[in-house]
Amino acid sequence: MNWDAIQSGLPGYLDGAWLTLQLLGASLSIGLIAALPLALLRASANPWARQPVWAFTYVIRGTPMLVQLFLIYYGLAQFSAVRESALWPWLSEAWFCAVLAFGLNTCAYTVEIFAGCITATPRGEIEAARALGLSRAQLHRRILLPSALRRALPAYSNEVIMMLHGTSLASIVTLLDLTGAAREVNSRFYAPFEAFLTAAVFYLALTFLLVGLFHLAERRFLTHLRPRMT
Amino acid sequence: MQRFRILLLAPLVMLATIALSAAAQDRKLRIGVEGAYPPFSQVGADGKVAGFDIDIAHALCAELKARCTLVTQEFDGMIPSLIARKFDAVIASMSITEERKKAVDFTDKYYQSPNRMIAKVGVFADATPATLKGKRIGVQRTTIHDRFATDTFKDGTIVRYAKQSEVFLDLAAGRIDAALMDAVPADTGFLKKPAGKGFGFVGAAFNDPKYFGHGAGIAVRKGDTLREELNRALANIRGNGTYKKIQDKYFEFDIYGAVVK
Repeated sequence: MNWDAIQSGLPGYLDGAWLTLQLLGASLSIGLIAALPLALLRASANPWARQPVWAFTYVIRGTPMLVQLFLIYYGLAQFSAVRESALWPWLSEAWFCAVLAFGLNTCAYTVEIFAGCITATPRGEIEAARALGLSRAQLHRRILLPSALRRALPAYSNEVIMMLHGTSLASIVTLLDLTGAAREVNSRFYAPFEAFLTAAVFYLALTFLLVGLFHLAERRFLTHLRPRMT
Repeated sequence: MQRFRILLLAPLVMLATIALSAAAQDRKLRIGVEGAYPPFSQVGADGKVAGFDIDIAHALCAELKARCTLVTQEFDGMIPSLIARKFDAVIASMSITEERKKAVDFTDKYYQSPNRMIAKVGVFADATPATLKGKRIGVQRTTIHDRFATDTFKDGTIVRYAKQSEVFLDLAAGRIDAALMDAVPADTGFLKKPAGKGFGFVGAAFNDPKYFGHGAGIAVRKGDTLREELNRALANIRGNGTYKKIQDKYFEFDIYGAVVK
């Protein structure tokens, strides 16, 4: 083991871990905020509301995230109309392109998770709400969404962890995230095992942290679904 | 029972025949090449790698009477893959440097060309660290240009790419202000193409041997006797006119001894 390589690369790994968390946080926020209304549309009985969202999730989930990132980062830059547009200051930033690709991706998957949980709401809960005379908005706010989002928690925690691992693609578009830091160390010391193992340990620690957070959330919000301890 | 024994023997005989015929054939060599560094190495319209490096590889293989398989690999993975025995030699315009010699052995140089900065024409007067202060400078990761730029342009931001072609893309898109690279791929791979319109060389050539080494050599694993064989083969193709024929296909000047000015 080349401990020198790991030790001298450590500041790079810490910076990389911070960038990885920033990318993850930004893309998850965008994805989550956009996914809520889209999931309601996706679960709607009206085909005019449902179909466009279906098409969006189908396209995004049907293509690899790497391909989407290449399309956004290198693909759009090919057109001079894009390079001269008001969007270019944003699109010229590798950081923005990565967050855009990751955000679209996690949004599509989250929409499907949420929509699935919304349609799977027990009929009885909705009937009870109607019987109490709740309006449509009240029904959504008080019954449908809280119930569905709670049940979505385990599947969503999976999505978050997959996104953490997905952010490693950022290193392809010049960003120095955790994987980028590992590539730097590898290129300086020609020690791929040490370089990528260290990155793996960092990812493992981050995953452990995320799993722990979701565990707490599930204890708080899904107490009614826990196996009974007798 | 007798017949059964013969049946058992048959596959063994077959195996032995295959093994013998394989041994009788030419030796096999796997060569690591890049495929994204024109005109030295690029993927052609037919999907095959072509270029100066590739022609040299084929000529050396013919000289060694070896059957060669070319394996394409991104540049930053060349040395690790060589050490991991994914291939036996690297012919990828790799400059001979002291740093790399710690990990691999090199043959004699097979060419040497100057290193230049390129940028939009008229933006920078020269390519000194003072002029490029605060600017974004693109390089290909792990290359001698990466090392040199990292140590020299400390006040600029070094942006690293896996492929030279990606440096060109982002330079044309304006994501980086300048790019440091070998003058030959800069000229034929970018400046002479439509995408490189309005771009040109800036400042003088860089030639500090501490970074830029002593030309491009073929990397082999440490202690591999393939090195001596390749050196003999190189001397042969230099002597018998094969090298000149190949280099005339790509360059109007002598790429072997191109003196850095």
